[in-house]
Amino acid sequence: MSGLLYLIPIALFLGGLGLAAFLWALKTRQFEDLDGAANRILFDDDDDLPQPRDEKRKS
Amino acid sequence: MDGHATAVAGLADVSDLTPYIRSEPDGERSLNMLVDGMHCAGCQNRIEKRLRQMPGVVVGRVNLTARRLALRWKPEDVRAEAIRDAVEALGFRLVPYDPEKLSSANEETRRALLRAMAVAGFAAANIMLLSVAVWAGKVQDMDPTTRSLMHWLSALIAIPAVAYAGRPFFRSALTALKARALNMDVPISLAVLLAMGVSLVETIQEAPDVYFDSATALLFFLLIGRFLEQTARGRARSAVEHLLALNATAVMVLCDDGVRRTLAPEAIGPGMRVFVPVGGRVPVDGCVVEGTSDIDTSLITGESVPRMASPGSRIYAGAMNLSGALTVEVAAAGQDTLLAEIARLLEAAEQRRARYVEIAARIVRIYAPAVHILSAATFLYWFLLGGAGWQTALLYAVAVLIVTCPCALALAVPVVQVVAANRLFRKGVLVKSGSALERLATVDAIVFDKTGTVTVGQPDLVRDGAWTDSDLRAAAGLAASSLHPLARALAAAVPDVHPADGVEEVPGHGLLLKTPEGEVRLGRGGWAGGAPSGSAALELWFARPGQPAIRFEMTDRLRPDAAETIRALIARGFSVELLSGDRAAAVAPVATALGIERWRADCTPADKIARLEALTVEGRRPCMVGDGLNDAPALAAAMASISPSTAADISQTAADVVFQGDDLAPVVETIRVARMANRLVRQNFALAFGYNSITIPIAMAGLVTPLIAAVAMSTSSLVVIGNALRLGWQTRR
Repeated sequence: MSGLLYLIPIALFLGGLGLAAFLWALKTRQFEDLDGAANRILFDDDDDLPQPRDEKRKS
Repeated sequence: MDGHATAVAGLADVSDLTPYIRSEPDGERSLNMLVDGMHCAGCQNRIEKRLRQMPGVVVGRVNLTARRLALRWKPEDVRAEAIRDAVEALGFRLVPYDPEKLSSANEETRRALLRAMAVAGFAAANIMLLSVAVWAGKVQDMDPTTRSLMHWLSALIAIPAVAYAGRPFFRSALTALKARALNMDVPISLAVLLAMGVSLVETIQEAPDVYFDSATALLFFLLIGRFLEQTARGRARSAVEHLLALNATAVMVLCDDGVRRTLAPEAIGPGMRVFVPVGGRVPVDGCVVEGTSDIDTSLITGESVPRMASPGSRIYAGAMNLSGALTVEVAAAGQDTLLAEIARLLEAAEQRRARYVEIAARIVRIYAPAVHILSAATFLYWFLLGGAGWQTALLYAVAVLIVTCPCALALAVPVVQVVAANRLFRKGVLVKSGSALERLATVDAIVFDKTGTVTVGQPDLVRDGAWTDSDLRAAAGLAASSLHPLARALAAAVPDVHPADGVEEVPGHGLLLKTPEGEVRLGRGGWAGGAPSGSAALELWFARPGQPAIRFEMTDRLRPDAAETIRALIARGFSVELLSGDRAAAVAPVATALGIERWRADCTPADKIARLEALTVEGRRPCMVGDGLNDAPALAAAMASISPSTAADISQTAADVVFQGDDLAPVVETIRVARMANRLVRQNFALAFGYNSITIPIAMAGLVTPLIAAVAMSTSSLVVIGNALRLGWQTRR
């Protein structure tokens, strides 16, 4: 039974961590644009590359 | 109806961005815009990439879900108009908006509910862990000290969580009580607070049974329902606001000093003079003081042919200016404007509709007092007759409150509504209010407006053999340079047409081309050499020197699937009618083509309401489908109402459901889904009452332990949610 004395606080702490993470995400508006954010990871950040690709895309 | 409006959007958009630009403290400027024409991540990427390349743009971030663009830039490096033009060059249309006006209160409520839900979920899960240990301990001989420890820990988690997450319910219950009414939040608050209070006393006395788990889980489930409800409403509402905002543009005002200034539409007052360019929508009700033009009033009156406006004519907001620039003096407030008249009818109609009581509310009226009486009876019975102590009696009463708690009312109805609304949303149908689907499900008569509803609202050339292809080609050359809907229809018939040079527009008459042989005219009958016909005829005459005048006849084309949709509605047993503000000569052929037997022409907004009321008196429950400003009061007066997304702003606001696209089929689909949703709601009530009829007697007998309460509550919630989700699964097949 003495295991409870540290297991329960650990469980509560981990749960609380999850809650805090969720509230933080809500506060910083992470859920504002679910569709856009999902796709943004796929975009190439080719700002630092030369830009021949843009020319191609236009044609 | 807005076919030509969107086609000339580039021309119509005279808006200046100044009223919407804000100065940030660090000297930068910021602006929020709605993006029209953005569909996928590729569009998002193109816009953001273009903005990254522009010097001076600090932030250019697209929100794909809300179709919005947040901009921040350095005013010394770049101008707002330049940024907008760069993005519009990519093929998107940008319209500025004021973020504070677009549903921010709604968004705040949604976030508060989500926070409360997270807290309740955390508390419920952790307390449930502790409770499982206690329940297992009953079999495995947990010693009372450990059990007490578990109870204290549960109390420690539950008290702050309930105090925080229960606020939406407590607040609403208090409001209801202050108004001497009962809503469902009263028994909910009572159940949660009593359960908490009793459990705390039990914990202090080291008794075996506490209800912290039930109280928090109850809150968690109920908050899910609340959140879903809020989300569904907010989403449809913001989609409609988005559509409306796209239509609104800044107004160009002529000031006394002769300067043109652009103001936001709200800043316009009576007596001001407003400039309406060719291709622009008239932004105000008023009187023409300068200029002559043709104006398209189909959105306002349902007339399909433009009429002439000259100094002294009254014109109404929403009309489209077609052929000449106009200066309009804004009508004084409180004057008998069309808009004021329509607003008055609309208000009266909305009050009448407010008498409709949602099924959930009707049940609550019986259910809430019943719950209170049952649990009070349980307490009194055990305390006075059963010989139990007051604490035990109270514990049993709390058990009754918990097991009767209205999961079907608070959870199942919103879930059904959300699933149904989402299913329709995917098909371009926006459901604006929670009770809309419920009212639509009971509808048995459908009343259509003509122009812009069963028809596209755009004229289309009739190939009747009165002209040859070369005639058409020549006429289309003239027509190509005009915004007049009849001319556009003619030009559209020859897609590769070359606009003729030197075409003049004679407002109110037609188009004129001076050639060495003489004048070539395309326009009204009397002016272009044809038979002088009524100004409302859908025809253009084409006169060339030395040749007889030729008549081009047009019709207002039906929506492609209109006849099919109406057949389907009649086959399903709906009585279908057509009420139009247009002339009988224009309405009759449409009614015949669609197979509608009952139709009326020349209806004023009041006539339409009168007809709907007559239907109601006959015992029918009519659904109005319309788009014009003249339909708005009828939309609000009907049992339920549907508008196409091309409708006038006020009609979209008045309608319960707004559908997008060229087809009329969404009307059938919406009613079908509404009926399915209604069936599911009723099933859910049946399930919930069936469950209650078993658990209430057990709870009143004092046999419900916290374990049974928790299991019964969760399973009943899951069953009703599962039943509601069936509506979504059926689409995916």
